[in-house]
Amino acid sequence: MSRARAGAGLGLRVASTLVMLFLYFPLAIIVVYAFTTQSSSFTFPPPGLTLDWFGVAFAREDMWEAFRLSLLVAAISTTVAITLGSLLAGAVYRTRFFGREALTFIVLLPIALPGIVTGIALRSTLSGLFDVSPGTFTIVIGHTTFCIVIVFNNVVARLRRLSPNVVEASADLGASGWQTFRHVLMPNLATALLAGGVLAFALSFDEIIVTTFTRGGDPTLPIWIFQKLFRPRNRPVTNVVALIAVTVTIVPVLLAQMLARSSDDAGTGMGAGATSARPRGAIPAE
Amino acid sequence: MGPDRAPPLLVVGYEHVAVTDRARRGGPMAAISTFFYRHPWAKLAALLLPAVLWLIVLYLGSIGGLLIYSFWSLAEFTGLIDRTLTLSTYQSLLEPANSDIVLRTLAMAAAVTIACSILAFPLAYYMARYATRRGRFVLYLAVLMPLWSSYLVRALAWRQILAREGVLYWALGKVGLDGVIDTLITAPVVGGASLIASKISLFIVFTYLWLPFMILPVEAALERVPGSFLEASSDLGARPWLTFRRIVLPLAKPGLIAGSIFTFSLTLGDFILPTMFGSSEFYLGQQVFTQIGVVGNTPLAAAFTFVAMAIMIVYLSIARRAGAFESL
Repeated sequence: MSRARAGAGLGLRVASTLVMLFLYFPLAIIVVYAFTTQSSSFTFPPPGLTLDWFGVAFAREDMWEAFRLSLLVAAISTTVAITLGSLLAGAVYRTRFFGREALTFIVLLPIALPGIVTGIALRSTLSGLFDVSPGTFTIVIGHTTFCIVIVFNNVVARLRRLSPNVVEASADLGASGWQTFRHVLMPNLATALLAGGVLAFALSFDEIIVTTFTRGGDPTLPIWIFQKLFRPRNRPVTNVVALIAVTVTIVPVLLAQMLARSSDDAGTGMGAGATSARPRGAIPAE
Repeated sequence: MGPDRAPPLLVVGYEHVAVTDRARRGGPMAAISTFFYRHPWAKLAALLLPAVLWLIVLYLGSIGGLLIYSFWSLAEFTGLIDRTLTLSTYQSLLEPANSDIVLRTLAMAAAVTIACSILAFPLAYYMARYATRRGRFVLYLAVLMPLWSSYLVRALAWRQILAREGVLYWALGKVGLDGVIDTLITAPVVGGASLIASKISLFIVFTYLWLPFMILPVEAALERVPGSFLEASSDLGARPWLTFRRIVLPLAKPGLIAGSIFTFSLTLGDFILPTMFGSSEFYLGQQVFTQIGVVGNTPLAAAFTFVAMAIMIVYLSIARRAGAFESL
């Protein structure tokens, strides 16, 4: 233990630091160019700094419309996903039934398969075969589909670590099923639902691939940014809006992670790393 | 404590029981929960139904609809979709123009996956072996944050970094190496008209965007490698490189495979980045987007999508066998 833990070698330290810099450098660039005085190119270093672009961005009604649409879609999708995801988690947890394994695999598909699959499948089937007109409704359907798994993963992880004795104790003490749910299960699941909900919200708010296929005429915020990308004028406005978009998702996700840390199941909810914040061996084998 | 004090306590106790009892008997919620308690199958069905309807009917149903489309074809003269079942759309995938797209995308996905694995390893190893518990959480958040900041925003940043007047040229110019880029982009396969219009930039940005997806599962896998294994290996005389190759790498494999599911799948279906970076050569996602959005050839778009799906399903089943799902 002692020698291995003594400290990382210089090479490892340098490599790790470089990878970290690689991850954060582009975000710094976005910030820098939100303040540049140039309107149509991104010279480095910026010739001057200004706050004007924030005023220009905030005055744009089309930006706010896209922003509101993104908020609306994310809010509805998250709500539906929380309902479906936690119900499914409740069904899968400690119950064996036909098709259980298949179902837990299918719930993963919308994020394991390329997003384009969900997008084109929903578009061609809903609009092509059933004449559902694309719009907010179809965007919500697409987003909910890949948000379910985020909530599901978080709730299942929590349920697994919740001792079944707690539920039995509650019943032994005379609580009804509803009371057990309300006073025992819910308080235990609350942070998992919150963490899952925030991650689902963030994922929906930033999504662009599925949205491209399912949307009607109105752009969501990422689509709006994408449309502005190839316009030569007022380019820093895009950076200002980009900063807003990042803040809207990063701050809640960061808070949710902090919150979930106390219960040690802070995951991306996307599978990746869902276990990494847990202490070793804390996950009971299923 | 006087005897007159005791009864109220008891009464309080009774009252509490009485309250819960009332709540148990009355109210629709109580009735429902009693019903579900007596009929566990009904409870399971009620829990399952919404998600099953959504995932099986809506999601898998839509994919089924897409499958039907892929067996239709686009009538050559009218440009309308001919709804007779045919394999001609799949046949057209074998045309060089189309098969090249698939191969190019696979090559890019493989290159990006390898690059992500190499870049992810040192940081993941540092996090798992050397960071304190608190430090590891901070690093974990630091890796996670870029993942949760808009993907489009991070791609936008790279357009600003790689531009001719941007920071990369500027920095290399300072040390007199900006000629290196210009030489690099004249290279035959990977080059392009400018740095942004070259495959090199597409590769860099893909690698950058998916890197956190690789770091997190690799770190999770490495965290489970007991330190004693490494000590035992070195006690038995293995040099660090041998320990890495024979102990660390095999144990990290499920994590690497889990990460590669994301790096591979995300590269396969992306159509935003190839429009922002790289040459005019198409990638799979881009072709799907163009066929359905511009050309109106939904059958061909559907067939391409099923190629991507088939590749991913093969990949997922291999990953599952390799035990990668436990690292997810």
